[in-house]
Amino acid sequence: MSLERADVEKIAHLARIAVDEEELDAVAGGLSNILDLVEQMKAVDTRGVEPMAHPLHMVQRLREDRVTESDQRERFQAVAPQTEAGLYLVPKVIE
Amino acid sequence: MQWETVIGLEIHAQLATRSKIFSGASTAFGAAPNTQACNIDLGLPGVLPVLNREVVRMAVRFATAIDAELGRRSVFARKNYFYPDLPKGYQISQYELPIVGRGHVEILLEEGAAKRIGVTRAHLEEDAGKSLHEDFHGSTGIDLNRAGTPLLEIVSEPDMRSAREAVAYARKIHQIVQYLGICDGNMQEGSFRCDANVSVRPMGEDRLGTRAELKNINSFRFLERAINFEVERQIDLIESGGKVVQETRLYDAARDETRSMRTKEEANDYRYFPDPDLLPVELDDAFIEAVRSDMPELPDAKRQRFSEAYGLSAYDASVVTASLSLADYFETVAEAAGDAKLAANWVMGELAAALNKENLEIGSSPVDAPRLGAMLRRIADNTISGKIAKQVFEAMWNGEGGADEIIEARGLKQITDSGAIERVVDEVIAANPQQVESYRGAEAAKQGKMLGFFVGQVMKASQGKANPKQVNELLRQKLS
Repeated sequence: MSLERADVEKIAHLARIAVDEEELDAVAGGLSNILDLVEQMKAVDTRGVEPMAHPLHMVQRLREDRVTESDQRERFQAVAPQTEAGLYLVPKVIE
Repeated sequence: MQWETVIGLEIHAQLATRSKIFSGASTAFGAAPNTQACNIDLGLPGVLPVLNREVVRMAVRFATAIDAELGRRSVFARKNYFYPDLPKGYQISQYELPIVGRGHVEILLEEGAAKRIGVTRAHLEEDAGKSLHEDFHGSTGIDLNRAGTPLLEIVSEPDMRSAREAVAYARKIHQIVQYLGICDGNMQEGSFRCDANVSVRPMGEDRLGTRAELKNINSFRFLERAINFEVERQIDLIESGGKVVQETRLYDAARDETRSMRTKEEANDYRYFPDPDLLPVELDDAFIEAVRSDMPELPDAKRQRFSEAYGLSAYDASVVTASLSLADYFETVAEAAGDAKLAANWVMGELAAALNKENLEIGSSPVDAPRLGAMLRRIADNTISGKIAKQVFEAMWNGEGGADEIIEARGLKQITDSGAIERVVDEVIAANPQQVESYRGAEAAKQGKMLGFFVGQVMKASQGKANPKQVNELLRQKLS
């Protein structure tokens, strides 16, 4: 399976990754190779194999429902580009 | 052409935990911005989410209540999209393997018939933060206190055929989550949110029409209106030769209309994949058994019990079990009063009217259940009449104390001493010779009505305190 330049552009946009114009073909080729490998693996008979959601054969440990975190807003906001009245400020998101 | 409406609902219920789904930050509502958003909620590098046990327990409770298949093994997935109130760039949700599988609830239609509505699935996920679009010098303000609050997203089958059915279903789920104690159900604060998938198709057609998803609905009333508006819009569109496009539309309550929200459909490409930070959740038998053996009484069972144990009509039983707090209130009143029908009448009548008038919820009623019950006991034991009780109730509502105190202070005790009532009756008869004469001359059929005049006079003379039953009896005797 091979990806077109347009596919790469779309994926890059969805992931908010900037891909240079001259890199597009190389990235498309690289990703296509990965898909080819997946295609090749599809030929293996996996009936009777339980799909894995995680490489570790362990189950999720659960924590008790307790509040253990205290307010550290000042420390977090010290590294934020812009804050006001306790809020993080970002470029306007609606027109 | 005849059109059929098809509706499915997606309900987000905020789970009433103390801490967040994947962190130990508080979920309390109304805190100062970003004071309850910890490093995990902010998605800072190097942090790891750890699942809250209570969230899992609540999901299993819900599954049990709607008779659903349990996802014995469920998996968290990343739903990827970019928005400033989602700091990680993905929402942790469940996709292929949700914790709650297929289940169902029953709704009561207006004609009294029941209809089964399927629940496709319910999955756990984290809530996003809030964007404040007021003007911060051209910027948007972000409050991440809500980020990471646990949600149970409950997805229904497209089984509803009218806005009313959709509202009945939404109310049913609302009732169930509150009875289970897993969600406070507050729609204004956004603890219980409904999105509606609405489409229309020609009557008799099997295939579904193209649907629109309605969002931003924060009350049951708006849910009904939004759906009705959208159905009209789609029918008008199709009948005038247009086509419905699949899109998200926002309901605008002020204008009572729905408006297209997004034009960029790429926004729906979420590229889900299993979250490598979280292991699969496996429910063992002991955990499930512990939840199942600790289930509270559910709405349908309570309604049934109220109608049997208290002799309430089907209608009364469904009104007083509408919410858990109302059901508890009623039950306390009924026990204290010793007369369930009287309790139901007062809770649904006088009390409901007073609450309505001041726009109060049952939980903040100035007259609590033991007090109302104690007052009703005074009606049942003939200390006061039902009419005087209204005065006592009003005084209790205004904070003048308990029923006995008020009855004592205002001298409202009913007169049941037959000698005392007889004196008043004699006075009334002596003072109205003409009426007595015409009463005695009237046919028996008319006398009943004429007796009312004398009863009224006696009640007036006794300031409403004479026992009405005794007054009637004495008057009949003396006038015959």
